[in-house]
Amino acid sequence: MLLLGNEAIVRGALEAGVGFVTTYPGTPASEIGDAFAEIAPDAGIYFEYSVNEKVALEMAAAAAVSGVRALCAMKHVGLNVAADAFMSLAYTGVRAGLVIVSADDPSMHSSQNEQDNRYYAKLANIPMLEPADPQEALEMVRHAFELSEKLELPVLLRTTTRVNHTRGIVKIGELPKTFTKAARFVKEPSRFVVVPAVARQRHKVLIERMGQARQLSEDSPFHMIIGKAQELGIVSSGVAFNYALDAVEELDLTKRIGILKIGMTNPLPCTLCEAFLLSSERILVVEELEPYLENELKVIVADLGIHREILGKGSGHFPQLYEFTPDRVKRAIAELMGIAVEKPVAQTLPPLPARPPQLCAGCPHRATYYALKLALGDEFKNTIFTTDIGCYTLGLLPPLEMADYLLCMGSSIGTANGFTRATDQRVVALVGDSTFFHAGIPALTNAVHGQHKFLLVILDNRTTAMTGHQPHPGLEFSVTGHVPAVAIEDVLQGCGVRSIHILDPAGLQEAVDVFKEALQESKEEIAVVISRHPCVLLRSGG
Amino acid sequence: MRARLYMVGVGGQGTLTAARVLGEAALAADLNVIISEVHGMAQRGGVVETAILIGQVHSPLIGDGEADVLMGFEPLETLRALSKASRHTWVITNTKPIIPSTVKLGQGQYPDLREILSRIRSSAGSVIALNAEDLAQQAGALIAANMVMLGALVATEQLPFPGEHVRDAITRLSPRYAAINLKAFELGKAYVIQHQEEPDDGWDRIRAGRASQAA
Ligand code: SF4
Repeated sequence: MLLLGNEAIVRGALEAGVGFVTTYPGTPASEIGDAFAEIAPDAGIYFEYSVNEKVALEMAAAAAVSGVRALCAMKHVGLNVAADAFMSLAYTGVRAGLVIVSADDPSMHSSQNEQDNRYYAKLANIPMLEPADPQEALEMVRHAFELSEKLELPVLLRTTTRVNHTRGIVKIGELPKTFTKAARFVKEPSRFVVVPAVARQRHKVLIERMGQARQLSEDSPFHMIIGKAQELGIVSSGVAFNYALDAVEELDLTKRIGILKIGMTNPLPCTLCEAFLLSSERILVVEELEPYLENELKVIVADLGIHREILGKGSGHFPQLYEFTPDRVKRAIAELMGIAVEKPVAQTLPPLPARPPQLCAGCPHRATYYALKLALGDEFKNTIFTTDIGCYTLGLLPPLEMADYLLCMGSSIGTANGFTRATDQRVVALVGDSTFFHAGIPALTNAVHGQHKFLLVILDNRTTAMTGHQPHPGLEFSVTGHVPAVAIEDVLQGCGVRSIHILDPAGLQEAVDVFKEALQESKEEIAVVISRHPCVLLRSGG
Repeated sequence: MRARLYMVGVGGQGTLTAARVLGEAALAADLNVIISEVHGMAQRGGVVETAILIGQVHSPLIGDGEADVLMGFEPLETLRALSKASRHTWVITNTKPIIPSTVKLGQGQYPDLREILSRIRSSAGSVIALNAEDLAQQAGALIAANMVMLGALVATEQLPFPGEHVRDAITRLSPRYAAINLKAFELGKAYVIQHQEEPDDGWDRIRAGRASQAA
C-alpha cells in the first residue's frame, strides 16, 4: 500500500489500538490529525483538534493515565508550546501508552525555525524513536505504545518533513476489533500531583526508568548494522540514513564501509555504539541539524579512553543547517574515501523572478489589509505591524508590506504590548482567529490590564486556513458535529476590552471608516477590530 | 535499475496528482517507489517540487544533476530546477507560462520563452517542449494538463514499467474523470511521438536511436 509518512503513523497507532488522539494542526504534522478526523468517529476513537498543543498534550496525558492508549501530534514548534506539560509528564509518567509525535522541519519548508527536537527527549528524559521512512514510522508507532507501557513513560516519535511527507510502499498489519476510548482514572496523588515532595520522588523514578530504557534500547529492533566498518564507519539516524545507504551502494563501498543505523536515539544503545566505535578508526556521523549523535559518540569515546576520529559537523564535513540531499552526503563520503565524484555541471542561470506563495485571489485578508492601509493613510510609515502565523503572514510581501515583527504563534499581541511601551510609534497587531485562540488571549488580557494602547486586528476567516482548514473554538462545529461556538467578541468583552468593532472587509468604504474610528480609539486604550469574512477556499457549510 | 523523476510546477497545477499516479503505477508494476512531496503553503501559487524515485533506491530526494527526467509544468520553473538535470537528463517542459506575482509588480522580468528553451537545451540531454494546456483543452479540460505531461513522459520510454500501468492508475485514482484524463494522456503521448522528427519543435536533441525507431 502506498502511504504518506503521516498516514503510516496513523495506521501504526490504529494497529496499536489507540483510543484517544489530540493535535493542533501544523505542517508537516497536519495530515495525522486530518486522517483521524475522518476515521475517528466511525472507529470509536476520541479525536479532537485542541486549542493549542499544550492543551492537546494535557488531554492525551489524562487519557493515558486513565488507561487509554493516546497519541498527540504536533509540529516541532508546537512542542515548545506544550513543553511545560511535557517536562512534568515525564515525572508522573503514564499507565497506558502515550506517543507524542514531533514533526521537525529541517530547511523550514513551512516553519519559523528548524530546531532539532531530539534535544527535547534528552531534556525531559524520555525515550525517543526516529523513523527513517514511512514503513518504519508505522512500526515504530506500534512499538512505541508497548515501550511506553513497559517503562510507564511517554515516548517521543521524532520525525522530519521527509518522513511525514514522503509517500512509500508500506506493509500494514492487523487492526484490532475495537478501540477503547473510555476508562477509569485510579487516584494516586503521590504520583500524579507533582508538588515538590512528590516531584523529588518522581524524578528518581524517572532516572531509574531511563536506566531500564537504556537496556531496552540495546535490544531495540530499530537499530541496524550494515556491512563491516573497515576504513570508515558511518553512524546515522532518521532520513539521513537513506542518503548514506544510497551513497555507499552507488560508490561501490559496501565492502569498505560499515553503517550503524540508530532507531532509538534516546537513550542511546551505548554497548552497541561502543562495539561499533571499536570496529573502525574513523567514524562519520550522518545526521541532519544539530550534532546530536556526534556529541554523544564523542562522550562514549572519551569514556572508553580510546582515540577515534568522530567526523561530522565539528569537522566541517556537514553543515548544521537545512536538510541533507543525497548528493551532499555522497560527496562527503567520497571525499573521505578518496574517491573522485563527477561534479554536476554548475548551472549559471540569470537572476529569475521569484515566485513566492500568494494570498488566493479573492482572499478576505487582502481586503482587510487594503482597507487598513487606506485608513492609516500618512501614518502608515510610522506604524509597526506585529504579525502572526497564518495565511495573512503573506501580508509581508509587496504591495502590502504590513508585517514588521513575528516570533511565533500569538506573538503579534505580546510584542505589540512591548512595542507600545518601548517606542512612541503607532502599533497595529494582526492575528488570525485560530491563532488568537491558540496563544493570543493571555497577551490580550495583559494589554487590557497593563493599559497598553494599540490596535488589534483579528482576521477572522472562520477556519485554520493555512494548514488545511481545520476547525477551531470560534466555530459552531467540530469533528464531532455541532458544538457551541466561543464568539471572539464575547472573549474580548470578558477580557475587559471596551472598544470592539466587527466589520466585513468586503465592504471597502465601511471597513475603512471602522478602521479609522478604531485607530482613533486606540490612542486612548486597546481597540480591537474583528474583520470577519470566510476564507474563499472554505467549502460552504464547513 | 532505478529512475529518478523530478517534477516542478506551480501550486494548483496537479503535480501531486501526477506523482500519485506514477506511484500507483510503480506499485502495480511491483517496483519500489518513493515520492517526496512538500505540502504546506503550496495552494497559494508558490513553487511545488516533487521527487519520484522508482526501483532500487532509499533516498527520498534527488540531488543536483541526479534527475533522469525533469518534468516542468511551467517553463520558468523548469529553468529554475535545471540544476537537477545533467547531460543524461530528459527534460519535458510545458511551454505555457504562469507569470509570477513579482513580475506583475515590476520586480524582475519573465525571461523570453526561446531563451528559456535554449538554456534548457544547452544543459539537458533530450528536451521535449509542449503546450500542455492546449492539449488538455482539446481533451476537454484545462486542468488535465498534468495528464498531458504524464502522456509525454510515457512516450519517452524512460519509465521502468509499461505505460499501461499509468493508464490503469489514472482510471483507478479518479474513475469519474477517467475519460477526459485518458484523452489528455493520449494527446500528450501522441504529441511526443509525432514530433519526434521535427527538430524545430523542440526535438533537436533527441537521441538518434529513439528518432530512427519512431520512423
Ligand atoms: S486559503 Fe483562505 S485565508 Fe488562506 S490565502 Fe487562501 S483565501 Fe486567504
